[in-house]
Formats: sequence, structure tokens, C-alpha cells
Amino acid sequence: MKWGIKILPREVLLDTQGRAVQDYLNQNSQGVNQCRIGKYIVLDLKQTDAAESKKKAIEITEQTLLNPLIETYTIESL
Amino acid sequence: MKVGVVTFPGTNCDQDVVKMTQAHGYEVVPLWHKDRFDINSVKMVIVPGGFSYGDYLRCGALAARSPVMASVKDLAKTGRPVLGICNGFQILCETGLLPGVLVRNDHGHFIDKWTVIETVNSTSHFSKSDKKKLRLPVAHGEGRFYADKPELDKIEEQGQVWFRYAENINGSLNNIAGVMNKEKNVAALMPHPERALFDWMGGSDGFKFI
Repeated sequence: MKWGIKILPREVLLDTQGRAVQDYLNQNSQGVNQCRIGKYIVLDLKQTDAAESKKKAIEITEQTLLNPLIETYTIESL
Repeated sequence: MKVGVVTFPGTNCDQDVVKMTQAHGYEVVPLWHKDRFDINSVKMVIVPGGFSYGDYLRCGALAARSPVMASVKDLAKTGRPVLGICNGFQILCETGLLPGVLVRNDHGHFIDKWTVIETVNSTSHFSKSDKKKLRLPVAHGEGRFYADKPELDKIEEQGQVWFRYAENINGSLNNIAGVMNKEKNVAALMPHPERALFDWMGGSDGFKFI
């Protein structure tokens, strides 16, 4: 089963990539209030049981893919 | 004394740390990232700087979950000293041995220069010179120390701040340049003492660091 994990830097942190892109867009008068850049990870897991597979995807995300001090995530089935 | 020096793919300061260790008269035990090791084979471990695993995912994230670091965690539990330098600091934070995290410098630039740090709380294991202020080189893009407010307050209250920058060069909260665990046997800093051992290197404040 495939899972998509969307990870974004927490709002309190300076997102330097997001700020650079935002500044660039606004130099070209694009009217951007805020641009934040995170990452999207696709996990293809061996488990076929949906509940077990989701549990595993969350475990991998929380133990490795994410640092909760600086990031938040959402997960979706693909 | 036998000192373990860890090497990951992308570590680039391990040989400098080997030279520093030998300059202090200690024997070096090379530790490879894929291997667990006998924690009784070394008295101290140093996690050097560089770009372990290419800084993929987050700085230090993959290195922190490698087999060698499982042994380093076991060794730290026994009270033996563990030192992290630069990327080693990022790795020790990711393992949870040290509090907080290192994020991108607030100005967005990589900095490579000499800077002055001040000792706030000392540990008997490292930085044994009598000098309170040390002039050491830094070279990092992600060296801004960050922790949320309750964690930061706890770090301050428990005397876990090891060094502060005299001038805040990267936006680190509370000017923090180095922290320790509560027991003070695991300690790390962003500047590079191994690059400042002798005067011909531009400064010798890194001598007597281990």
C-alpha cells in the first residue's frame, strides 16, 4: 500500500526556502502573502492490511521522517 | 586512553579529529557507521563534523538512526563521555541524547569564519583549558540552535548550556553554541576545536579540548 506524507516546517520557524521563493514571486508582483516549502514523501509498504499499513506508515513517519520539534505532517492513502 | 571516532558517509572532519585525539596523546579507535561496537573497547566517543548521509532528510537524521549510534547511546548511558562537533552536534540532537535541534541559520547563508564562544557551564570531560572565552572556527549552514520555550527554559535551568556565542552569528536562541545532557557526559558544540590546535592553524584555543 502507498502512503503520501506531507511534511511542513512549523510556522514559528523561519522557512528560508519559502521566504526566498516568496520574495522572488513578490518582486514580480505576484501578491503572495506567504509561501512555505516542505516535502512530500511517498512510502510503498509491504503490508496489505490497510489499518496495519497505516499504523506502520505513521510509525515510520514519527520515528524517522519527522522531527516534531520543527515539523508537522499529514498522511494520505494513495 | 582509547577514543572512538565515528565516520559516516559524508563525514569530512574525522581525520582532523583523529589528529586532535592523537595530539592529546590518546589512541584512536575508528568506528564505522554500519557497525555496532563493544562499548567497553573505548573510554570516549567523538562524533565529528561533515555532511553525514549528504544531510538527506534532515541534518543528522539518518546518522542518528545508524547502528554505530545505537552503541554510542549505550555507551552514553554508562556515563562515559561523548563529544559532538558541528554535524556531530546535529546527530546527537537527532538521537535524543541532547535537547533541541539545529536549523538553518537565520540569515540563510553558510558561515565560515572564526568566532568567540564563552563557557557558561563546564563539564569535567571536555574543554579543559582555563580560558573562559575560546576563539574557534565555525563552518555551518544549519547551526541555529532551536528548542521550544519550555524546553529552552529547562536547558537553562538545568545548567545544560555549555557555550554561548559572544556575537550571535546564526540566530541561535539564547546565543547557544553548545549544550550538554543533564548528566554532562554528552556535550556538543557547533564550532570546530579540532581546527584550532596550534598557532599555525590560526589559533590554539582548541587544544586541551578533550
